[in-house]
Amino acid sequence: MHPKRRSRLMTVVFVLTGAAAAVALMLRAANENLNLFYPPDQIAGGEAPVGVGIRAGGMVLEGSIVRGGDSLDVAFVLTDYQGADFRVAYSGILPDLFREGQGILVRGQLGADGIFQAEEVLAKHDEKYMPPELMPLAEHAAGASGRR
Amino acid sequence: MTLKEFWHRLGSPKWFYQMSGRWQSILAALAVLLIVAGMIWGLAFAPPDYQQGNSFRIIYVHVPAAILAQSVYLALGAAGVLLLVWRMKMAQLVLENLVGFGAWMTALALFTGAVWGKPTWGTWWVFDGRTTSTLLLLFLYFGLYALRRAIPAREAAGRACALLAVVGVINIPVIKYSVEWWTTLHQGATFKLTEAPAMPASMWAPLLVNVLGAYCLFAANVVAKLRTAILRQERGAAWVREWALRESTR
Repeated sequence: MHPKRRSRLMTVVFVLTGAAAAVALMLRAANENLNLFYPPDQIAGGEAPVGVGIRAGGMVLEGSIVRGGDSLDVAFVLTDYQGADFRVAYSGILPDLFREGQGILVRGQLGADGIFQAEEVLAKHDEKYMPPELMPLAEHAAGASGRR
Repeated sequence: MTLKEFWHRLGSPKWFYQMSGRWQSILAALAVLLIVAGMIWGLAFAPPDYQQGNSFRIIYVHVPAAILAQSVYLALGAAGVLLLVWRMKMAQLVLENLVGFGAWMTALALFTGAVWGKPTWGTWWVFDGRTTSTLLLLFLYFGLYALRRAIPAREAAGRACALLAVVGVINIPVIKYSVEWWTTLHQGATFKLTEAPAMPASMWAPLLVNVLGAYCLFAANVVAKLRTAILRQERGAAWVREWALRESTR
C-alpha cells in the first residue's frame, strides 16, 4: 500500500477506535440509567427509589388481577416467576395485550407500602410470533415441558 | 477480470456508467417484483399473530425499513473510508447521493414503529434504547445532509461528511444490541444469524421476500442516483458529450 494511503488509513482507524472507546465508556458510565425499567427483583429487593417517578416491569401473575366494581381501578401483581414480585395499583384503560402472563411495563411511583402506583401501563411483547391456530399446540408443549 | 481490475474499474465513473444501465433495470424489476409479491403475501395471506392479531402485519414494512436504514448508513461509512483513504471519486458520489434514501428509510422505520406501538404497547413512543438510538440515526442523516450544504468547497465537504459517516457507524452496533444490553420495551431481533426465527415459515418467508426486495430497491436506487450524478459530474468529458449527441439524435 502507498505510504500516504497507509498513514491516512491509520488516521481513520485511530479516530474510529478513539470515538468507539469514548462511546463505550459513556454507555458504561450511564448503564444503570439506560435501562428502561426496574425488574421485579430490584423493586422487591428495595433497590428502586421510593416516591420518585420510575418505570418497572414484569409478568402479570396468574389470578392476581382484581378489578374495582364500578370504576377503572385495577390491581395486579407483576412477577419474574423466580420468586420476586410486587403489587401494582392503576386506574385507567389497560392496553389490549394486557392479560395474565403478559410482560407489562408500568410508569409511576413506588409507595412506602411497597405498592406501585401506576400512571401508565404498557404491554411488552417478544419477537415470538405465532398464528392463532398453533396456540393449543404451543400451550400443550409448554405444559408438557413444565412452565417456568 | 481479476478482483484488482474490477476494483480499479469500479472507481472509474465512465466504466460504471457504461456497465450499470443493465444492472439498474434488472435491480429495479427485481425490487418491484419482490416487494409487490412480499407485501401481498404478508398483508393478505400470512396468518395473523395469536396475540396481536392483524397489527402484527406492520412487521412486513417495519423490519425491511429498519434493516435498510442501518444498511444504508453502513454503506455510507464504507464510502467514507474509501474517500478518506483512497480518494475514490465514486465514494464521494455515494456519500452525496445516499443520504436522502437512508433518512427516508429511518423515518419510515420510526413511523411504522409508532403505528405498531400504539395498539400493541399502548404508546406511540418511549425513549428506550432501541427507539432512541434509531432516532439518533435519523439525526446523523440530517447532520450529513446539513454538513454537505454548510461547506461550499465540494472536496472539503466530502471529507467532512466522510468523517461524520465513519464515526457515526458506532451507532449501528448500539442500535443492534440495544435490546440485549438494556431493558427495553422493544422486543428482540426478528432475524438472527445464529438461530431460526421464532415464528413459523408462513410468517417469516414473506418477511424475507420483503427484506430481499428492500435490498434490491436500495441497490437500484444507488445505481440510478449514481448514474445521474456521474453525468452531472463528467458533463465536460468527451465520452459524456458523445453519449449526449448520440441520445439527442436518436
